[in-house]
Amino acid sequence: MTRDVPSPLTALDRPNSYIGRAVPRPNLARLTEGRGEYVSDLVLPRMVHVVYVRSPHAHARIRAIDAAEAKRAKGVVAVVTGRELAEVCTPWVGVLTHMVGLKSAPQHAMAVDRACWQGEAVVAIVARTRALAEDAAELVEIDYEPLPAVTDMMTALDPQTPVIHPALGDNLAFERNFTGGDPAAAFAAADHVIEADFGFGRHTGVTLEPRAMVADFNAGTGRLTAYLGTQAPHMMQNILSIHLGMSEQQIRVVCKDVGGSFGIKVHVYADEMATAALSKLLKRPVKFVADRLESFLTDIHARDHRLKGRIAVKADGTITAFEIDDVTGIGPYSVYPRTSAVEANQVVNLTGGPYACPNYKARARVVFQNKTVTCQYRAVGHPIATAVTEGLVDLAARRIGMDPVEIRRKNLIRDDAYPCASATGLKFEALSHHAALDKLLAMMDYPKLRAEQAALRTKGIHRGIGFASFIEITNPGAAFYGVGGARISSQDGAVVRMDATGAVTVQTSATEQGQGTEAVIAQVVATALGVPLDIVRVISGDTDQTPYGGGTWASRAAGIGGEAAWQAGKALRANVVAVAGAILQADPDSLDVRGGAVVDAASGRERLSLAELGRIVYFRPDTLPPGFQAELMAVRHYVPRGYPFAFTNGIQASYLEVEDGFVKLLGHWVVEDCGTILNPQLVDEQVRGGVVQGLGGALFEQCVYDAEGQMQNASMADYLVPMACEMPDIQVGHIVSPTADSELGAKGAGEAGTAGAPAAVMNAINDALAPFGATLTEMPFTPDRILSALKQARQRGGADVAAPAGTPA
Amino acid sequence: MSAELETVFDLTLTVNGVAHHESVEARRHLADFLREDLGLTGTHIGCEHGVCGACTVLMDGEIVRACLTLAVQCEGRHIETIEGLSDSGRIAGLQEAFRTRNALQCGYCTPGMLIAASALMDIEPAPDRAEIREHISGNYCRCTGYHAIVDAVEAALAARTEGAR
Repeated sequence: MTRDVPSPLTALDRPNSYIGRAVPRPNLARLTEGRGEYVSDLVLPRMVHVVYVRSPHAHARIRAIDAAEAKRAKGVVAVVTGRELAEVCTPWVGVLTHMVGLKSAPQHAMAVDRACWQGEAVVAIVARTRALAEDAAELVEIDYEPLPAVTDMMTALDPQTPVIHPALGDNLAFERNFTGGDPAAAFAAADHVIEADFGFGRHTGVTLEPRAMVADFNAGTGRLTAYLGTQAPHMMQNILSIHLGMSEQQIRVVCKDVGGSFGIKVHVYADEMATAALSKLLKRPVKFVADRLESFLTDIHARDHRLKGRIAVKADGTITAFEIDDVTGIGPYSVYPRTSAVEANQVVNLTGGPYACPNYKARARVVFQNKTVTCQYRAVGHPIATAVTEGLVDLAARRIGMDPVEIRRKNLIRDDAYPCASATGLKFEALSHHAALDKLLAMMDYPKLRAEQAALRTKGIHRGIGFASFIEITNPGAAFYGVGGARISSQDGAVVRMDATGAVTVQTSATEQGQGTEAVIAQVVATALGVPLDIVRVISGDTDQTPYGGGTWASRAAGIGGEAAWQAGKALRANVVAVAGAILQADPDSLDVRGGAVVDAASGRERLSLAELGRIVYFRPDTLPPGFQAELMAVRHYVPRGYPFAFTNGIQASYLEVEDGFVKLLGHWVVEDCGTILNPQLVDEQVRGGVVQGLGGALFEQCVYDAEGQMQNASMADYLVPMACEMPDIQVGHIVSPTADSELGAKGAGEAGTAGAPAAVMNAINDALAPFGATLTEMPFTPDRILSALKQARQRGGADVAAPAGTPA
Repeated sequence: MSAELETVFDLTLTVNGVAHHESVEARRHLADFLREDLGLTGTHIGCEHGVCGACTVLMDGEIVRACLTLAVQCEGRHIETIEGLSDSGRIAGLQEAFRTRNALQCGYCTPGMLIAASALMDIEPAPDRAEIREHISGNYCRCTGYHAIVDAVEAALAARTEGAR
């Protein structure tokens, strides 16, 4: 059932509960004083720096490398080619068995005889300083034989297009076809069928700290310590061990502060594998920090989809079918180990997801090309599926003259319909589309905005209102990767330990990327255990110290890692009251831990301080009853088992003005339902940050390539990301439908903002331009594209009123 | 590489109130000088071409991009970084507002953002939200979406006004 506020009668209703409160994050004092510990800050004894000489060609054979002069250059420790490094690091293939038919080619840490994208590392220069390594890099002579580059994903499968990896037979990495219900009959019987083509620009994450690694192979211990800004330390431990020929126990991955991740830092990067291999080769710490220009060419890109979509509707507004045909270009390799087929697969899974519509047909084709690889970035597939779905729904509403709110009310899955499943078989435990819509309309004062829009139209000011309902995949179990053979943990663990003073330390396999994981883990444990928050310290991001687990991705840290911490905290409380019962000669069931002391459960009267309990356990265990062993450390693990994913839902609205082709964002509203809200401030900030990343993709961000596969805007000056002055205030509201899979009932919240924002903006732009007959469906919505669409509309004679200012004549 | 860039210059400057006499290559930019020669890693490097603002520091009280400033240009100058501004307590109110409002996530943009925002507070008694947004637009934040940062700057301004009464 959906409700506006959590029921007070749950396991969470502990005395002095921190659940649902905006507790302070323990890291913020450090970070606001410049005392962060980012990998790029790290300096180790005998450390050297690596710089990679990268291919300037999108596709080229490496005929010869002359590094003689570079080897003699000042400060140079080693110059290593891809062929030499291949002796230390084995290649990988980014496929998963449950992505049936997915194929890719072996990828090496550095190009061996052929470079397949502009930016692929060809030669490594290791030197005493970064500057000296860059000096030497300029002395390397590489004889390239340029090869034809496959750049246009729409022609990648044409017979005349060269095949990038001849052994694979063609440039098709993966294809999925899906038919649910009877879409052909539904389209045939529809009163209206509306079609549109959608484009989603290739963009990237632009983490403000570029990717960085210090790899420290110690020949004395035979161990490699990898200091890495990563979202998944245990995954990286496994991957490094496989490809460097070491046992997992010989690998330690340490992740301290990370300067932004967003999915960018959850993948295996060739140059990071090369850095680790170089450390093993040279037996000393090697530091790699991508500079910003390298980041644009080597961080994973995302999106880059083109879709044909159509929707079938009855005259009364009932949606009867969706159909999509998606093509996406992923670069020359499927990224390891999560693969580059996931985004297209998600688009197929999620399109139409908020609606009660059983008839659905989809095709997705994933093709190779000679550009930077694409892979999972925040909200994988969601922004695409949401924009196609919501764009088609709005086009249908416009065709039949229905308000966009009404068509949604009519077709969104009813709030009392759960549990139920989507056309593609996604299982929904409990969603709240209608409650979210109602709340959103109240927050934004929809009638007032419509009246304002109408009044301003008469003055030649063109504003638009756009909506986007969405679903979001969170808390993934093994269904994402484990079932496909990837050694990526879907469970997480927590160890909770009470020391002699009563202080508490938690070790968690969830990781901190700035989203506030450590605060959430601390407040969950403090609540479960019954202690003040300020005596709980959290340790994360170290494979030597934390339980084995998945880390942070797919909005899972709070929902999965948080539940493990909750269970561990409860287990330790049971152990504490057992000890207290032995000391006090009382029934443990009559005792509780509250406010950092053992109390009489009925009266709340303090019986024993935790410091006194700790003193007895650690220093005078001889005074405990014979045979009684105190255990002030508890460990629990958790993975959701009831549903493959905990779906969340929500709706966003955008209010904006279009003038001279520029979009001015005036307001943005989000209502989302992430189940139990553990920390409302952190949830809201995840939503807001996610919205702005979605707005970036909708309005500004695009990796522009020429026909030869050269990225044209690979600098921060040329690749536009949202600035403060361009962004609106973002109002966030909540509906709370907890998942019954866990006691906490928390679902993820990290990607909801990114999932819905592009669609809301697209629909608002098209609402603003509706009187001119212009419709935009290709992101980013740049001034050039908006003015072109207006010009085309006028040439078609679609405009019955004067074009807005700035329209080309 | 050219020999001129490797030419070493003697440099005398003040960083966070401490006088330094160093030898630096002509090509060394201020951000690298602070981070690598002085170990002041609170100044972050995000783009090294003057766009993102992560390396923002104060030179003689004015905000500058440390990645676009060569160390040798700082002869005789007074540089203040996040470390000095934190230790002196000069931006304590703003830092407190950032913490209370969770106006940072990964924290990488934060030192530069705080210094940019404090510069606005120095010159404007009561900027509105649009003016705050305009002023911090030279500092990119990829995590927060900026709303919380604007809230925090507003809160710090309000607290300062309250304290002045």
